[in-house]
Amino acid sequence: MGSNMAEAHPVGFQWVMEAKRKGATVIHVDPRFTRTSAVADLHVPIRAGTDIAFLGGLIHHVLENEAWFTEYVRAYTNAPMLLREDFADTEDLDGLFSGFDPGSGTYDTTSWQYEGGTAPPASGQRDLEQDDAEGSAEEAHEHERGQVAGSGGSPVETWPERDDTMRDPRCVLQVLRRHYARYTPAMVHEICGIPEETFRRVADALVRNSGPDRTSAFCYAVGWTHHTVGVQYIRAASVLQSLLGNIGRPGGGILALRGHASIQGSTDIPTLFDLLPGYIPMPHAHRDEDLASFIESNSGRKGFWGDMDAYTVSLLRAWFGDNATADNDWCFDHLPRLTGDHSSFRTVMDQVDGKVPGYFVIGENPAVGTANARQQRAGLANLEWLVVRDLNMIETATFWKDGPEIETGEMRTEDIGTEVFFLPAAAHTEKDGTFTNTQRLLQWHHKAVEPPGDCRSDLWFYYELGRRIKQRLAGSTDPRDRPLQDLTWDYPVDAHGEPSADAVLREINGSGADGELLPGYTALRNDGSTRCGCWIYCGVYADGVNGSARRRPGGEQDLVAAEWGWAWPMNRRVLYNRASADPSGKPWSERKALIHWDADAGRWTGGDVPDFPVDTAPDYEPPEDARAAEAIGGAEPFVMQADGRAWLHAPAGLADAPIPTHYEPAESPVRNALYGQQANPARQRFDRPDNRLHPEPGTPGAEVFPFVFTTFRVTEHHTAGGMSRWTPYLTELQPEMFLEVSPALAAERGLEHGGWAHVVTARSAIEGRVLVTDRATPLRHGDRVVHQIGVPWHWGPNGLSTGDAANDLLGVALDPNVHIMETKAATCDIRPGRRPRGPALVAFLADRRRAAGLED
Amino acid sequence: MGLRDVLAGWPLVRQLTGTDGLGRGAAARSGRTDAARPRTADADTVTASVCPFCAVGCGQKVWSRDGKVTHVEGDPDSPISRGRLCPKGSSTLSLVTSPSRVTTVRHRRPYGTEWEDLDLDTAVDMIVDRVLDTRRRTWQDTDDQGRYLRRTMGIASLGGATLDNEENYLMKKLYTAMGAIQIENQARI
Amino acid sequence: MGRLSGPLADPSGDAGYADRPERVGFFTDTSVCIGCKACEVACKEWNALPAEDDVLTGMSYDNTGQLGASTYRHVAFVERTVDLGMPGLAGDGGDATEVRWLMSSDVCKHCTHAACLDVCPTGSLIRTEHGTVLVQEDICNGCGYCIPACPYGVIDQRPGDGRAFKCTMCQDRLGVGLQPACATACPTESIRFGPLDELRAEADERLAALHDRGVDDARLYGHDAGDGVGGAGAFFLLLDEPEVYGLPPDPVVTTRDLPSMWRHAAAAALAVAGAVAAAFVGRTSR
Repeated sequence: MGSNMAEAHPVGFQWVMEAKRKGATVIHVDPRFTRTSAVADLHVPIRAGTDIAFLGGLIHHVLENEAWFTEYVRAYTNAPMLLREDFADTEDLDGLFSGFDPGSGTYDTTSWQYEGGTAPPASGQRDLEQDDAEGSAEEAHEHERGQVAGSGGSPVETWPERDDTMRDPRCVLQVLRRHYARYTPAMVHEICGIPEETFRRVADALVRNSGPDRTSAFCYAVGWTHHTVGVQYIRAASVLQSLLGNIGRPGGGILALRGHASIQGSTDIPTLFDLLPGYIPMPHAHRDEDLASFIESNSGRKGFWGDMDAYTVSLLRAWFGDNATADNDWCFDHLPRLTGDHSSFRTVMDQVDGKVPGYFVIGENPAVGTANARQQRAGLANLEWLVVRDLNMIETATFWKDGPEIETGEMRTEDIGTEVFFLPAAAHTEKDGTFTNTQRLLQWHHKAVEPPGDCRSDLWFYYELGRRIKQRLAGSTDPRDRPLQDLTWDYPVDAHGEPSADAVLREINGSGADGELLPGYTALRNDGSTRCGCWIYCGVYADGVNGSARRRPGGEQDLVAAEWGWAWPMNRRVLYNRASADPSGKPWSERKALIHWDADAGRWTGGDVPDFPVDTAPDYEPPEDARAAEAIGGAEPFVMQADGRAWLHAPAGLADAPIPTHYEPAESPVRNALYGQQANPARQRFDRPDNRLHPEPGTPGAEVFPFVFTTFRVTEHHTAGGMSRWTPYLTELQPEMFLEVSPALAAERGLEHGGWAHVVTARSAIEGRVLVTDRATPLRHGDRVVHQIGVPWHWGPNGLSTGDAANDLLGVALDPNVHIMETKAATCDIRPGRRPRGPALVAFLADRRRAAGLED
Repeated sequence: MGLRDVLAGWPLVRQLTGTDGLGRGAAARSGRTDAARPRTADADTVTASVCPFCAVGCGQKVWSRDGKVTHVEGDPDSPISRGRLCPKGSSTLSLVTSPSRVTTVRHRRPYGTEWEDLDLDTAVDMIVDRVLDTRRRTWQDTDDQGRYLRRTMGIASLGGATLDNEENYLMKKLYTAMGAIQIENQARI
Repeated sequence: MGRLSGPLADPSGDAGYADRPERVGFFTDTSVCIGCKACEVACKEWNALPAEDDVLTGMSYDNTGQLGASTYRHVAFVERTVDLGMPGLAGDGGDATEVRWLMSSDVCKHCTHAACLDVCPTGSLIRTEHGTVLVQEDICNGCGYCIPACPYGVIDQRPGDGRAFKCTMCQDRLGVGLQPACATACPTESIRFGPLDELRAEADERLAALHDRGVDDARLYGHDAGDGVGGAGAFFLLLDEPEVYGLPPDPVVTTRDLPSMWRHAAAAALAVAGAVAAAFVGRTSR
C-alpha cells in the first residue's frame, strides 16, 4: 500500500516475485492500477487519501473477530496498559481527541498518557512553560519529541498500571475497540470506495497469513507519507502489525521503500533542521539550558535512549575535539538553537518574503521537484545568492533565464537579483563513500575514475568551504566564531585535493581515548573519553575494518547475508528481533525462528545479530533503580521504547493523534463520513496568496475543482528528472508528460486519447498528453462518483524530454509531526486542450481562483 | 600470413572444404566475428560500486579504461540485487558519461542575463565571502525573550539524499558550527 | 545437412561447427514481467545502439513500438478488460470485469530455421557456434533481402547506415561466458538465458505450475521444435493469444520451399565457383 514497488523499486521487487512464485499472496491497494497491480494476485483500487480508513477497517476486523496474536499482544504491546480517565476519544468528541486547542490548532497531549505513568517531557515542558510565552514553542517541542519517537523512543518514566486480562474498559485494547467500532466493511466501502467483499478477501488473507507460523509484511513508500496525516498512516500499519504479531519476525514488518540512494543516510546523519546525527534532537531555545537538562528533557530512563548523554557528549567530542571539555559543558552552547518550524517549506516562504539571503541546493531540484514549485521559484528569485551543485543544468539553476514565470511575464531576468553559482558535481563513480539503502544497509562505493573538469565531490566542496572559512576566522576574537575555530577539520587529502571519505567514516564510527576505533555504541561514554560522529553508525568501522565495504558474495552466505555491507545498528538486519521468540525465549515456531535464548550459553543467538542486550535472560526483571540497557526486562523486545513495548496507543511523542484516525485530505471532494472534523485538525496550514487551498466540499466554490489527482513515478524516470531527463535511452521510453484518466472521465470532459489536456488548481495549470485507460477506476462515494487523475511528476522545462511540472499544481499543507507535504491526494479540474500560455495563464488562474471564491 | 592461409580463409573455400556446405555458419564467419570480445575485457579497472538512483542499493560493477568509465553492470555478488538493474540503473553509463554534464563552473551575476565563466578556486572564495558576510548580517545571539539562539537565519541548504553519508556529515557539522539551522533534504519533501 | 524446415536438433552442427558449445537461447516468462524495460536499456547500453525518436505513442506504456535496427528488445504493453462471467459488485446488473495489463519483452527468435540467414546473399547472416543467428556488420552490404524474409518482422535496416541489424544475443559476451545484457539486467528473471534444452524443461515446469494454480491462459510460444521455424531459440510463456502481444500465431520460415526452387541454380553457381577456385589453386602451385 502507498507504494508502486514494481515501478519505483524494480530490483527490490524481484524478492516479491520470488515469494509469489513460492506461493505468497501479493495484494496491491492503490488508487492506481500500476505495473505492481499487474503482477499482484489482487489489486484493490482505493480513493486517494483514505488508507487509514482501510487500515482501520482491518484493525476493526482483527479486534471484532479476536484474530489478534494473543500472547504477543499481551506481552509485547501496550494493549494491557490503562489510560487516564480524562482521555477522550474521537468517538466522544466528533473527530477530536482530548486536549485540542482550536486557537493554536495544537494538542496538549497530557491526557493521552498512561494511568500512573508520567512522561518525562514534563520537565522539559515545565521548562518551556516557564520561559515561553508563545504557543508555537510548545508545538515545536511536541514535534521534536515526535522525531525521537519516530526513531524508536519516546520517554515514559514510571511503570504504568496495566490489566493483563485486557478487559478493563480503560486498557488500550478496549480503547482501540471503541475507537475503531465504526470502521466496518460498510464504512470502508463508503469512504474508500472498496466493495465489502473485496475488503473481506484482503482481511481474510491477512489474518490467515499471520500468527506463530506465518507472517505478513506491509511495504509502503511516499504514497503513505505524503499526506497531512502521513505519520498516522504508518502508525495505523504499526497498530495492525503489532496486533497480528508481525513485527520483529522474519517475513513481517512495515517496510519503508525509500526513493533515493542515500535518503536513509541523510536522515540518519541528517541534513534536517531538527535533528543531530543519530536522531538526537536539535536543542530548542531556552534562557538557561545546559546539556544535562537537555538530556533530561529528551531521553528516557530506560532502554537505549537512556544513554543519550553518552551519544551526545561523544558527538560534541567528535565535532569540537579537545576543545569540548566537562568544564565548558562539552561545547553544548556551540550548537545553534531552534525556535519552531525551520523546515524547507517554512524557509522557502521566508525566502519569498525576503528574509533568507543565501541558499545552497545540493543534488536537489526544488524548482520542479517540490510541492507548489511556483512558490519555490519565487523563493529562488528573491535570494541574494544561490549555490547549485549538480551533474546537469537543472531548472533550479536556470529559473532566472528560462523559468515558467519568465514566459508568463511574472518575472523579468533583468529584475532578478539572485547571484547564481553553478558548481558541477562528481558522479558516484568519481568518489568514495557510503550510501545507506532503504534497509539501513551502509554500502561503500569505490572511486573508479577522476571527475572531469571542475567537477568535484560534495565532500571536497564542504571540506574546502570549511577549511577556507576556518582560515579566514583564525584570528577572530568574536565569540560567535568560536564554534568554527573549535571545529575539528583535519582530514587527509589526496593529490587532487580530495579529502578522505574513509577518514570521515572513521570519525563517524568513533574512537576511544587512545584513538582506537570503537566496536559499537554500547562502548560510548558520557565522560568525554569517546568520540563518535553518529552513535547508530558506531561499529561500522569496528576492529579497523570498513564494514560497509565488505562484499562477501551473497551466494556464499545465507539469506541474511550479514557479511555484505553493514546495517545500523550493530549490523542487525531485523529490528526488534527479540520479538521473534516468545517471552520465554523460544521461537514462536520453527518455521519463523530467527533468534532464541540459549540457556546453556547464557546468551541470545540465531540467524541475526540479536536486537537485545545479548546476555539478558528472558526471565530478567530489572531492579527499580536500573537505567538504560539494564532497565530492559528480559521479555521486553522493543528496546528503544521507554516501556519496552510496541505502542498501539501512543501516549507521547505525536502532535496529532495517539490512535490513527481517518481524516480527509486537506483538499477532498467529499465530507468525512466518520466525524464532523473534516481534515487533520493539527495539520500545518499556510494561507497566503501564493498558497491558496481549495474550499472544503459543500462550501461555495468547491465545485470548481471536482476531481482528485495523485502524483506518481514511472520506472523509466527518477524523481524530478535530474538524473533521467538528460539520458536518451530513458527519455525515449517515457518521452512526454502525460495524464492518466478513466474512459468515464474522458467522456465527461471531452478528453481525447493521445490529445492534450490541462489540469487546473488554484496554484497553476499544467498540460500533458492524455492516456485514457481502463486502469484508471472511478470510485463510488455514497451516491456520487469520484474521478481520480494520475499525474507523473518527473517533468520540467530542461533536458531532452521536457514537460510541465506536476508540483506546480500542489499547494503546501503539512503533516504536523514531520512537516511533510500532501502530494498524494488533492483536488483539481481537468479540461481538454493545451493550457493558456504567457500572461493568459496568469489571468486564467486568477479567474479560476475568483470562481472558487479564493482571495488573490 | 601465407597465401594458402588467405585462401583458406575465403568463405567459399571454407564452404567447399569444411563441414558447412551451405556456407551459413562456420564457413561464413568474418574476421570481426571471430575477434568479437566484450569491451569489458579491455578495461584497466573494475570497481565495486552502488547504484545511485533509488534506495534499494543494487550492487554495480564499473569498468573503466584510460580514466573513463566504459561500462556499468549489476554486481552478481550482491545479495540485494543479484546482479540485476532496472532501466535507470542500467542507464548509469549514460548518466556518468553524458555529454550534457556540465564540467565547468558557471556564474550568473545579480541581474545578469547570461552565464559567465568562473575559475573554480575563485568561485569557492566568492562563496566563502558571501557566507561570512550573510552570517554577520543575519546573526542572532538571543531572541526578544532573551533566549539563547547563537544562529543565523540567513543561510539555508537543501540536499543530501543522493549524497554520501560522509558528505552529509561534513555538511551538518559545518553548518551547525556556522550557526545555520535551515538545513534540509529530500527526506522532508 | 542443410535442412531449411522441420525439427533440427543441432543447428550449429548443421552449420559446420565441429567443436561447439550447447545451443543457447532465451526463455521469456511474461507471467513475471513487470514491464520495467531494463532489458531495453541494458541492451542499448551494451551494444551502444542509437536512441530513437522521443514520441509518446499512446499505446499504453509502450513508447518503443516495435523491434528494429536500433531496438533489439521491445517490451509490449497490452491493456485488456476481461469479463469474468459473473455478476459484478457494482450492483448495476453488469458482469464483473477485471483489468489485465500484460507485458512481454520481445526479441529476435533466433529461429532454428532462419529465413533471414537463408536469403542473405553476402554471408553476413550466419548461424553461430552457440546456435544463434548473427548479422555480421562487416559483411552486410545493406541489400535488405533479410527484412521481408523474417516471419516476425524483427530485422531491419538502420536509417543513415543502411545495413541490417538485430539482436546478436550479445555474441561478444557469449564468447567469454557472460549472459546477454538483457538477461543479466532483468530484475525478475522474466528473461532467462541458458542452454535451450534446459530452458525448455524449465518452461514446461513453469507452465504446469501456472496451470495448477488456475492460470489457464498460460501457454508457450516458439517452444515446439515441430513448428514452422523448427522451434525458436528465443521462446515465450504468454498469458494470452500470441496476436494479443503482436506476435504471429503460426509463423513459418519463409524459405521452406526454397530448396526445390534453388537446387538447379545452386548447382550452376557451384560449378562456376569451382572453376574460379581451381584457377587460383593452379596459380599458387606454379
